[in-house]
Amino acid sequence: MHGFANPARFLRIARWLTPLLLLSGIVLSAGSLAWGLWRAPAESLQGETVRILFIHVPTAWLGMAGWSAIAVASLVELVWRHPLAGIAARASALPGAVYTAMCLISGSLWGRPAWGTWWVWDGRLTSMLVLLFLYFGYMALAQASENAGQSRVAAIFGLVGAVNIPIIHYSVLWWNSLHQPPSISVGNSAMAPDFLIPLLVATVGFSLIFGGVVLTRMRTILADAQAEARLRRKAQATEGQA
Amino acid sequence: MAVKAKHQRLVLVVIALVAILGAGALAAWALRSQASYFYVPSEIAAKPPEPDRAVRLGGMVERGSLKTEADGVTIAFVVGDGKARVPVRFKGITPSLFVEGSGVVAEGRMGADGTFNADNLLAKHDERYVPREMKDMTAAQARETVKETQ
Repeated sequence: MHGFANPARFLRIARWLTPLLLLSGIVLSAGSLAWGLWRAPAESLQGETVRILFIHVPTAWLGMAGWSAIAVASLVELVWRHPLAGIAARASALPGAVYTAMCLISGSLWGRPAWGTWWVWDGRLTSMLVLLFLYFGYMALAQASENAGQSRVAAIFGLVGAVNIPIIHYSVLWWNSLHQPPSISVGNSAMAPDFLIPLLVATVGFSLIFGGVVLTRMRTILADAQAEARLRRKAQATEGQA
Repeated sequence: MAVKAKHQRLVLVVIALVAILGAGALAAWALRSQASYFYVPSEIAAKPPEPDRAVRLGGMVERGSLKTEADGVTIAFVVGDGKARVPVRFKGITPSLFVEGSGVVAEGRMGADGTFNADNLLAKHDERYVPREMKDMTAAQARETVKETQ
């Protein structure tokens, strides 16, 4: 793993991997969303509003996966002091927050026609809103640190916040909630293949875009640190001359 | 020495994580009744709420129980969970997913006559997603079809 500790090596791989992830992600997402919008059938009870599913479920999954990435990277940062881990965690926060917000908005738009309400304070919706606020808190903490990608407080916060992830998942099973229980579990689906297949493709596409955005942001953070170090060296050199 | 410090950090972080997860699980366990969004009919039957307390009742709308009263806007139906049944009355516009045999959450108060007077109805969708072409099948048939075509 420490083979990737060398930023130059990481940058060499990221340079060609970033456009690859972004391009394939955009193609898969656009294709599956178009399929979901025009080719997928209307659902028996929900009718046409079922099409919101193809945005809602992938963004929900990535909102949760984003925080899981932050938690794992924070663990690696705290224990192994891996120089890229902290940067990866910081880079995952904004796309994770955007996906979580998209999940909440699309869910609200679906809830109005399906349930008859924009919002209820049931276990699933509340814990997902908490996740969005955790993202905000994490970004504020990470920004408050002097050194980009090296803040122990943010890393600890990233680990503690991971408690919310199983709560989100089990909220619909532990407590009576308005939100339905999961349709898809490992090797099992209560969803007709007409919906399931475009949904899975959209999830893969959204995940690839997420990966591409994280790599782009990691490169930005590294370039920022590099530019700052160069400026500092320059300032010291001119001071020395004077 | 470097390896030792690393292991020490790993053990510390794991202990902290286990403690936090334990605390979270305990809190969730303690919340198991409070954090529920609604009561099911068997809970209402076992422990009826005080007549003036606003509660939510959730369950399945029993097939064949939905009736419109003489005034044309008041509906009456029965919510069941397989163990108990609660009659419900509601006056107003119902959400489009509100149908017999489907889930519902009613907000309102328990009446003295054992009827639940709902001020608001929310339709609950279940985890099954079935194309419209399969609509005329019963839920069990549709599930079979979905299973077969996978």
